[in-house]
Amino acid sequence: MSLLVTKDLVKWFGETHAVDHVNFTVKESEVLALIGSNGAGKTTLVNLISGLFRPDEGQIIFRDADVTHQSVHGRIKAGIARSFQLVNLFDQLTALDNVALTIFSRESKIANLVTLAASDSAVWDEAHQILKLFGLEPKARMLAGGVSQGERKLLDVAVAYALRPKLLFLDEPTSGVSTREKAPIMDTVTSVVRSTGISAAIIEHDMDVVFNYSDRIVAMHQGAILADGTPDEIRRNETVTTTLIGTTETR
Amino acid sequence: MDVVLIHVLNSLLYASVLFLIAGGLSLIYGVMRIVNLAHGNLYAFGAFVTAWAVGIVAAGASVPVWLALLPAGALAAAILGAILEPTLLRPFYKRAEEYQLLCTFGLLMILEDVLRFIWGPYPLSASALFESFGSLSVGESIYPTYNFLVIGVGAAAAIFLWAFIYRTKFGVVLRATSQNMRMASALGVNVNRVYVEAFTLGCFMAGLGGAIIVPSQSAVLGMGVDALVLAFIVVVIGGLGSLEGALVGALIVGIVREVGITWFAEIELAVLYLIAALVLLVRPAGLFGRP
Amino acid sequence: MSVAPPGPRPAVSSARALRMAAPIAVALALVPLVLPPYSSILLAYGLVMAIGALGFNLLLGYTGLLSFGHSAYFGVGAYAVALMVKYLKVTSMELFLVGAIVASIMITALFGVVCVRYTTIFFGILTLALSQVLWSLAFKFFWVTGGTDGLRVPTPSLFGGLVTGAGDKITFMSHAYYYYVLIMFCLCVALMWVIVNSPFGMALQAIRDNETRARFVGVRIWPYRWVAFLVSGVFTGLAGALWVPLNGLTTPDIMHWTFSGEIVFMTVLGGFRSFAGPIVGAVVFNYLKTYAVGYTVYWQLLLGVVLVALVLSLPTGIVGTAGRLLARFQGRS
Repeated sequence: MSLLVTKDLVKWFGETHAVDHVNFTVKESEVLALIGSNGAGKTTLVNLISGLFRPDEGQIIFRDADVTHQSVHGRIKAGIARSFQLVNLFDQLTALDNVALTIFSRESKIANLVTLAASDSAVWDEAHQILKLFGLEPKARMLAGGVSQGERKLLDVAVAYALRPKLLFLDEPTSGVSTREKAPIMDTVTSVVRSTGISAAIIEHDMDVVFNYSDRIVAMHQGAILADGTPDEIRRNETVTTTLIGTTETR
Repeated sequence: MDVVLIHVLNSLLYASVLFLIAGGLSLIYGVMRIVNLAHGNLYAFGAFVTAWAVGIVAAGASVPVWLALLPAGALAAAILGAILEPTLLRPFYKRAEEYQLLCTFGLLMILEDVLRFIWGPYPLSASALFESFGSLSVGESIYPTYNFLVIGVGAAAAIFLWAFIYRTKFGVVLRATSQNMRMASALGVNVNRVYVEAFTLGCFMAGLGGAIIVPSQSAVLGMGVDALVLAFIVVVIGGLGSLEGALVGALIVGIVREVGITWFAEIELAVLYLIAALVLLVRPAGLFGRP
Repeated sequence: MSVAPPGPRPAVSSARALRMAAPIAVALALVPLVLPPYSSILLAYGLVMAIGALGFNLLLGYTGLLSFGHSAYFGVGAYAVALMVKYLKVTSMELFLVGAIVASIMITALFGVVCVRYTTIFFGILTLALSQVLWSLAFKFFWVTGGTDGLRVPTPSLFGGLVTGAGDKITFMSHAYYYYVLIMFCLCVALMWVIVNSPFGMALQAIRDNETRARFVGVRIWPYRWVAFLVSGVFTGLAGALWVPLNGLTTPDIMHWTFSGEIVFMTVLGGFRSFAGPIVGAVVFNYLKTYAVGYTVYWQLLLGVVLVALVLSLPTGIVGTAGRLLARFQGRS
């Protein structure tokens, strides 16, 4: 059962095909890894699906509805959420506020300007629960700009998760943190995703992380999909090992 | 036909002075990413210095002396700029834009009163120079000869600047810094020096604008603030940071002002602002701006 | 590293704010009883400007947009009142306020559509340019606006005619009108407090901190900025309406962009990162300017030096600096 299908998606950047006729699918309740060297088109693909860019050609079908021309807002309502490679948070709000604001937005309550946000205890309770899920409750009252890099990466995912998406795109959730911190972050993220039955598509460079945590791997190269299969299939796939994994490891 | 020609000449006259002011503002923004709210006051400073030199210091002298003193205002504004940039602006480059704007707004208030302090509250005139040029007949109308000088200086400044920026080594450094300050710095460009030079050049242009226009008008308090707002319109239309834009914007504003004063004096300024707003709506970065 | 104040969030925080504000409100209410009339009139000016600066700071402090055109909305409020006097012979202050609110909604709704598409310096220049349109209209259409002579506004009647300005004008302004301004001030402060602490206020801060991420948590940027622009302009317009009976006269000067600069000045003076900053800044600026103008013809120079020194050395303003000093003091004891 496919949650998301792209049909012949194309995006040009000047003369180059950043995304070249990509047919990409995400199934329900799976953790999928999107791999490829820098410039392979992974982030561009996520940008197209999440609505940051408009595709030049092709279609994006999400839960059997065409969302190709939907606004970012419409796609979020439909159930597509994302995190960012370079952490994108509301730095002058507390960690708790970052999540609570997202819940207010999800519940269509942010247009309300005559009620104190504090009075909506259901929202704050849920925000606390989400922070607990990600192990961030101790940092709830710290400004998002003031917590450690690893915590910021988790908070970035927590904010996207607070939208209660059906499909969560995570753009390099462990980039910029030490090797030691990678496993705990991935443990937390994948356990939250698996326990709620949503799908996650994770862009990742670290092959250990990719093989350990994903159900399926899609490898991209020069804007096109090079291979698509289980971790074992990908490991045995010679095209991938020569063109991608070799380059990734020497990176 | 003569009437049209007079209107064209007047438009060019406005455009020349506006180009000098707005070009300086735009040059400074292009290189330093700072909008100097006190820029109009440097124009006023140039006007006051020249009016003082020509109208008071050398009141009894002859035309050649006056002409030689004409650039005094431009030089004075350049010197003032060279002092202001390292002392007042440099601490703000790494801080939020609001602080830069506020600092230059404070500078605007200070300079406004400094002019009042030095030259008093009354207008200062250098009209003797303007009158000594007499007038030329344009068909059946007459037109002040001095205005041709202003138009000439405006055109010369545009050509000179173009050559300076696209044909000299300093121009290359200037353009490199405006494209990417960090990269230029990594390649060994002394960014502090480029900044002070660009700021000085921008102030020189504003001062020159004031210096050449003052014989045909008077130097009055408040002229800087009025000029700044017109210069804003020019750079919004042309694109902040673009000299070509400043030139085209100055021509557009010059023409609209001339037409406006003749046919719709009440709403002339309003029309100019509306044009600026319209340009921003259609092309947010202005006609020649980089988005 | 910055840490938010400890303790359960806003519910108590609003209660605490109320506990801090109540004694100040009482002290303000005592001013006409203990100080000479001149003091309370001067303070009334300060409170009026505080309402305007509070509105302005919804954009600067909470939405991250620096407007250099708020004089326009102040002027719209003031001229709405003056024109109601001139053409409709209205004297009721309540009608004045309604008129000013309607007029500022119309103007800000229109200007806002254009301005909220831009940020940073472009937003600043655009708001400045549009405010100058109004200024030039007020200036040139003298048969309507009185041109540079301005329009006179007589003493209004308050509370639906219960209190009228018959008798001594000074007494009226320093007592009845002072209390009227104080009540409006308290209402505006309370309303603004609710707005910035509402879910909507959180959304504005999210837009300020990170526009892209705000989009990706489902906040539609332009509509929210537009509403913020509207609310901001209406507060400032209301300030203009309250100001004009106090001043007795409105001239195009209050529409000029240099007056917008003063609004920015007072907000930064108090500190735009805190809720109380613009209030403190407006009151202090009002005293500062009054004394500077009385003390020397070079008051602009004096204020300019203060402004430059302020942004160089105290970027968090009076409230921010006081807060830091207080924290250090408490840390030591």
